[in-house]
Amino acid sequence: MMLRYVFRRVLMMIPTLIVISVLVFTIIQLPPGDYLTTMVNELQAQGENVNQERVAYLREQYGLDRSGVEQYFHWVWGMLHGDMGHSFEHDKPVNEVVGDRMYLTMLVAFVTTLFVYVMSFPIGVYSAVRQYSIGDFTLSFIGFIGLATPNFLLALVLMYMAKAYFGTDIGGLMDAQYIDQPWTTDKVMSVLAHLWVPVLVIGTSGTAGMIRRLRANLLDELHKQYVVTAKAKGLGPIKVLVKYPLRMALNPFIADIGNLLPEMISGAVIVSVVLGLETTGPMLLKALQSQDMYLAGSFLMFISLLTVFGTLISDLALAVLDPRIRLDGGRNR
Amino acid sequence: MSDLLTVKDLRVSFRLPEGVIEAVKGVSFSVAPGASVALVGESGSGKSVISQAIMGLLPKAGVIDSGEILFRDPETGQTVDIAALHRDSAHMRSIRGGRISVIFPEPSTSLSALHTIGDQISEALRLHRSVGNAEALELTRDILHLAGFADARRALKTYPFELSGGLRQRAMIAMALVCHPALLIADEPTTALDVTIQAQILKQIRDLQQELKMALLLITHDLGVVANMAEEVVVVYHGELMEAGTLDHIFRQPSHPYLQALLKAVPRFGMRPDERLVPIREIRPNTDNLHTPKHPLPATADLDKPILIVRNIRKQFRIRSASAGSASNILAVDNVSFDIKRGECLGLVGESGCGKTTLSKILMRALDPDEGSVSFYDGHRDMDLASLKGQDLLDFRQRMQFVFQDPFSSLNPRMTILDIITEPLVIHGIGTHQERQSLARELMELVGLDVRYLQRYPHSFSGGQRQRIGIARALALSPDLIICDEPVSALDVSVQAQILNLLKDLQAQLGLTYLFVSHNLAVVDYIADRIAVMCRGQLVEIAPKAQLFSRPLHPYTQTLLSAVPDPNPDHLLDFERLMLDRASCPEDWPMPFTHHPDAPASLIEFEKGHFVRVVAGTRPEELVA
Repeated sequence: MMLRYVFRRVLMMIPTLIVISVLVFTIIQLPPGDYLTTMVNELQAQGENVNQERVAYLREQYGLDRSGVEQYFHWVWGMLHGDMGHSFEHDKPVNEVVGDRMYLTMLVAFVTTLFVYVMSFPIGVYSAVRQYSIGDFTLSFIGFIGLATPNFLLALVLMYMAKAYFGTDIGGLMDAQYIDQPWTTDKVMSVLAHLWVPVLVIGTSGTAGMIRRLRANLLDELHKQYVVTAKAKGLGPIKVLVKYPLRMALNPFIADIGNLLPEMISGAVIVSVVLGLETTGPMLLKALQSQDMYLAGSFLMFISLLTVFGTLISDLALAVLDPRIRLDGGRNR
Repeated sequence: MSDLLTVKDLRVSFRLPEGVIEAVKGVSFSVAPGASVALVGESGSGKSVISQAIMGLLPKAGVIDSGEILFRDPETGQTVDIAALHRDSAHMRSIRGGRISVIFPEPSTSLSALHTIGDQISEALRLHRSVGNAEALELTRDILHLAGFADARRALKTYPFELSGGLRQRAMIAMALVCHPALLIADEPTTALDVTIQAQILKQIRDLQQELKMALLLITHDLGVVANMAEEVVVVYHGELMEAGTLDHIFRQPSHPYLQALLKAVPRFGMRPDERLVPIREIRPNTDNLHTPKHPLPATADLDKPILIVRNIRKQFRIRSASAGSASNILAVDNVSFDIKRGECLGLVGESGCGKTTLSKILMRALDPDEGSVSFYDGHRDMDLASLKGQDLLDFRQRMQFVFQDPFSSLNPRMTILDIITEPLVIHGIGTHQERQSLARELMELVGLDVRYLQRYPHSFSGGQRQRIGIARALALSPDLIICDEPVSALDVSVQAQILNLLKDLQAQLGLTYLFVSHNLAVVDYIADRIAVMCRGQLVEIAPKAQLFSRPLHPYTQTLLSAVPDPNPDHLLDFERLMLDRASCPEDWPMPFTHHPDAPASLIEFEKGHFVRVVAGTRPEELVA
């Protein structure tokens, strides 16, 4: 039963990814012209001479003279083989350009997700169980502030405070001397030392939102009949809470994995620019501006892939946790 | 003092932001070991609050102000005052679930969907008895078997949503009884169930009560259930004790006016044809100001012609199951034919899932049938429902209206009563703004509501008042035919009588025709002229009510009739017979009622107007034997 579900679920990802790739490709092709026209215009604007032959050569070299459909298949075919295409701007394969940044991005995203869950879970449960207590009000108030503050503003505030009061620069993901250097223990330590700032900045609003959701869900569940049944059996209050309503309230918590992952990455673009992080965010922004289509496309594809996999993980986790999805999925719907 | 449970002058109040509400005002009663006591009252009477106080399960806002709840454990002989114990103290928790257990009314929500039945039941066992895991599962299996699970071993591993409502309630009973409590509190244990299932569950509770020698505190509003289950009865009203005594005393010599009134408000079998229920608060429809009918019958109209002719209706639903990867078909309505005569009330009876709601939706043209036809006669011509389009369909909509089951969800909470009642008129573009307002006032008077309520919103009305608003809305277009889908099943007995009388009076004064859908035979008996019985999508019997009750022919009708608990201690349920009958299952019907695809069955006329579904070729004489 379960295997069947997993199989069906994985199978459903294929058409999803195909549609996404078409959409991504269409979107990056949408602006008039291509990278070369942008470049030529820029050069001409600077009064430089443009060798039309060279442009034609490059156009052929990069396949820009072919039809959109052909370019699409070329791009998809390359991706399937791990070749993300060629970045015009950097004149290097996309793989090389992205390099470490991809891993750093994933690291930041992963740690942030962890941070969100670890922080929001106990707070959310506390707020729900002690509804309308002083603790609930205080935590809810802080949560609202977290929700209402734009991430980049929080980043600026943190940077200012660090500079003004401690005299340190907390921008970046590592000390300047390690950038583009091979990985060493010192470099890892430096990354870890810098990591907390972006995690805090990016994770705050996610944590605040998650607390609100968990609290609301748990409050809904707490007054349901089956909770009274559990109490009527003579279970102690903590055991009742943990075994029944909390388990039920976990569903949305897990269902959010799929949303959190891409949010961490795309939502963090501005923060990354502000904090000067060596993640993919700033690079994506630049690639979109300069119509570096393969680089931008790869990023968009990567984010979509994360979303699709995130939902897959949360769906599978939900199926494991909730027998109604496992045994009843799709019926009566 | 040898009583198991003694409640002395109990007072419970709720501290709400709006103020303090006294829910229980000095109630005293006692339960002897092994006795069956019924706590009877309407909603809001405080009967559930009393049970919550006994279990130590009052909501946070609920406080026991004074009084004692003395529980004397027959095993230890010690007496505890539950009212003085802290709700979550270890002592209270050992009593709760261990010595006093409870069954809740709604089996679909009172079990956790995420845990298996076995897990949820054995949990109580592990909590109160020092047993190992294996032994706990063994005992759980035994109790499930006792509670009526055929395959108890498999039941251990099922989840509640895989079970039917009846089986869920059996699981709930098993959970309550697994620790062999001294007292079982059954809070409306069968209200959410069908009559035949209700009878089975009641028998189960009775048998287990004898087997385990425990006392039963039955909390219910259904006097029929009380008559069949209880030895002693305690009647509460608005948190006060009205009357207490033995079953015989309560039913034969009720002395308190409230109790007398309550007994008169319940529809019973064998009422005289002209006998009227006496609601606790009677309303008289006021037709003085009523407009003339908007659809007067032409002089040429054939009054004997049926207003609605239904022929060979079939409706199938596809149910897709993703886990099994296949789709199955459910025949919701299977070849149903009947007529509704002008001016009569046809009762449509059947258990949940028998297709009666699907059928009524088809009649409204809210659903299209797969096969068959519905024809409506408006006095001028026959209208074939399936082919109605555009203006014709809009005209037809005015002739047939619907009264819904749930008065709470069928009124838009964001509209005033005026908007709700005049909405049909707005949709059909009838009258000016002023005319609609005056019509709304007339309709309010018609259903016995104060016209000043028109500007209020639905939340400020009680269930009975809301249902009257729903009736007023259905009457706004002066329809000929009204389909009432379980209009009183969500209401208290006294309010139920009120609504039934109102519907009866309106029918007489406005010349309406009703199709009255219900699962409650006593209610249908009271209001209907003819009764049609449905089972698994088939119409099995249709007859004038006197004939149906005196001479039920179909095994399903017989079972249905014998399963209704009558509020009369002289006329108790025959529990032994009930358990043998499995008449709700068409495969088990005996000849000549057999249901088989190879042997087509059809309705034949047994006596004048009395039709029963039998295998083709059966002669009426064969049925008598």
